[in-house]
Amino acid sequence: MSAANFNNTNAAARPWFERLDRIDRRWIFLLMFLAVSGPILWIGVTGKTLPEAPTLAARAVFQEIDQLPARSLVLISIDFDPASAGELQPMATSLVRQCAAKNLRMVFIALWPLGNQVAQQTIQNVIRDDYPALKEGDDFVNMGYQAGNEAVMKLLLTDFAKAFPKDSRGEATSNIPMLKGVKMASNFPLLITVSAGYPGSKEWVQYVISACNEKMNFVTGCTGVSAPQLYPYFPQQIVGLLGAIKGAAEYESMVNASLAVDGVATAPKYLQAQRRMGPQLVAHLLMVGLIIVGNVIFFARKRRGAA
Amino acid sequence: MTRQAKTWLVIGAVFVALIVARGMIGQGLGRVYVKRTEVTAKLPDAAAVNSAAAAPSASASASTSAATTAASTQATAGPSGASSQATTQSSAASISWQEWKQVPPLEFAAAQKVNAAQTEITLSWPRTIGLWLAAFFTLAIFSFLYADNPCYKIAESLVVGVSAAYWGVIGFWDTLVPKMFGALTPGLVKSLVQPSLVAPEMLQQISMVLALVLGVMMLWRLLPRGGWISAWPLAFIVGVTAGLKIVSHVESDLMAQAAATMKPLVVSVTDASGATNMWDSWWASVANVLLVVGVICCLAYFFFSVQHKGVVGGAARVGIWYLMITFGAAFGFTVMGRIALLAARLEFLFDDWLWLIDPNHFRSL
Repeated sequence: MSAANFNNTNAAARPWFERLDRIDRRWIFLLMFLAVSGPILWIGVTGKTLPEAPTLAARAVFQEIDQLPARSLVLISIDFDPASAGELQPMATSLVRQCAAKNLRMVFIALWPLGNQVAQQTIQNVIRDDYPALKEGDDFVNMGYQAGNEAVMKLLLTDFAKAFPKDSRGEATSNIPMLKGVKMASNFPLLITVSAGYPGSKEWVQYVISACNEKMNFVTGCTGVSAPQLYPYFPQQIVGLLGAIKGAAEYESMVNASLAVDGVATAPKYLQAQRRMGPQLVAHLLMVGLIIVGNVIFFARKRRGAA
Repeated sequence: MTRQAKTWLVIGAVFVALIVARGMIGQGLGRVYVKRTEVTAKLPDAAAVNSAAAAPSASASASTSAATTAASTQATAGPSGASSQATTQSSAASISWQEWKQVPPLEFAAAQKVNAAQTEITLSWPRTIGLWLAAFFTLAIFSFLYADNPCYKIAESLVVGVSAAYWGVIGFWDTLVPKMFGALTPGLVKSLVQPSLVAPEMLQQISMVLALVLGVMMLWRLLPRGGWISAWPLAFIVGVTAGLKIVSHVESDLMAQAAATMKPLVVSVTDASGATNMWDSWWASVANVLLVVGVICCLAYFFFSVQHKGVVGGAARVGIWYLMITFGAAFGFTVMGRIALLAARLEFLFDDWLWLIDPNHFRSL
């Protein structure tokens, strides 16, 4: 008898839970691939997305931006790179879209090296494509990336121009019309960050929000991995919080609803987060199913062992 | 070959066959089209540039920065994904160049329909190859899920190499050049590499000399003798970091979080008319009670000066439940994040590469 036949005979003799327990993990990877790719194809072909019911934290982000008077200054820190764009780009897109629609003056900064390029791309996709009347320097400006992490944050509290002496085009901060009168971070009534890790939302709370003598509201969007660390700061230190792609989808649906025009469909680029909730649903159902199967196996083995 | 290996071979062959079939029917597979546009910008006044480079004071740089950056403003304000190449310098006062902006295949098809010989929108071979390389490396990384293999090793090595090189370049151009060399020799940096450099103040220049000295002391450990000298800058870093972190943690995590925990256990929520909303009041009260009980019980679990028996033991057990629920929520968030990233990569494969779906209406109306 060959070794393969011997193993097969043994496998057949094992009880069902033993066989399930020893299942090749590649089958689970294949199942996960199908669970994620199926809804992507279905949503991609039909264009249908799942309805979203916004939670308190996501509603707070929307309301915080919505209640600002037109022409208010907002500081937007893009602290992520393409590695996290799958989760965070939809948030950045919707946040910039709401600010642009509200005619707020946006100052983009980046504490991650590639954040500058991400900000530039978001400006192109949202502001230049859909709000061409907004002028760089008057309505929005990208200050680019600054190395220094927490040191840049601390410097922002006292001297904005020192922290960002020029914008991404090379224009001196003192020559940018919309930044006339901006001395420090507290001159911005609202700070918005989209963050993937360090330095990010937590550091903004620790080094800017808590240390700022004047009232400065702070809303943030973050990855799923860092969301549990940030929820304790909500709602006192972080006024609004978008946690992972779920938060992004909730916020996106609110922004789309507020800017909807009768008879005009929302542009597909503003449905990214909601499209990604379909795969989430099926993949989570699979995960729950696998956890249940794992527990059944555990108790079946325990029972067999006791007997 | 084992039965299992045969099974996976068949599954892999089915996927490859589907991809090949997809390439042979319909619109084919991923291609990138670009549109050529001419851009013209005014050149800055040469005299102003020279004077700015020669006298790098704060006031001089401020007054001339608009002139020195006039051309770069135009050049970098182009659309994302657009590449540019200076082709002509028509006169001393202006410069023109071509930019290629990525456009949807639908736009290419429309242009071809109007004029089949048009050259304004064309297939970009470099970008198309880039797209296929991105698809190959995505699949190469995914292939690790089956087993370690040469394709995965190549992709992994490339990621590490490219990342290391990228961080090196970023460190040099975004930190060393503007912050160190720009502070110590502003005129040289401004005239040679960064015309838009904002000259630092005297105090900043002095502080950068100190930073340079500390940096050299730090590197002293590489020499055979005098390694102890590197302990001084290290002590400086530890001291500054500790000072910064202690203050910020006490402010944001200890004091603010303790204050946020002191909540009323019975809450009365009123609506716009001033009437008490019983339902909201009930849930707000329950939320506050759960919060306060959770904090006390978790603290009890980590309080080891008293044996975990009786009331303290019960509170500690409740604390464990709170912790387990927290870990479960964190795991759930992590799963959500990872699936979102997987979905983004699969969207890229299905949309940009295989042209199976078209959520952005780039290829069909």
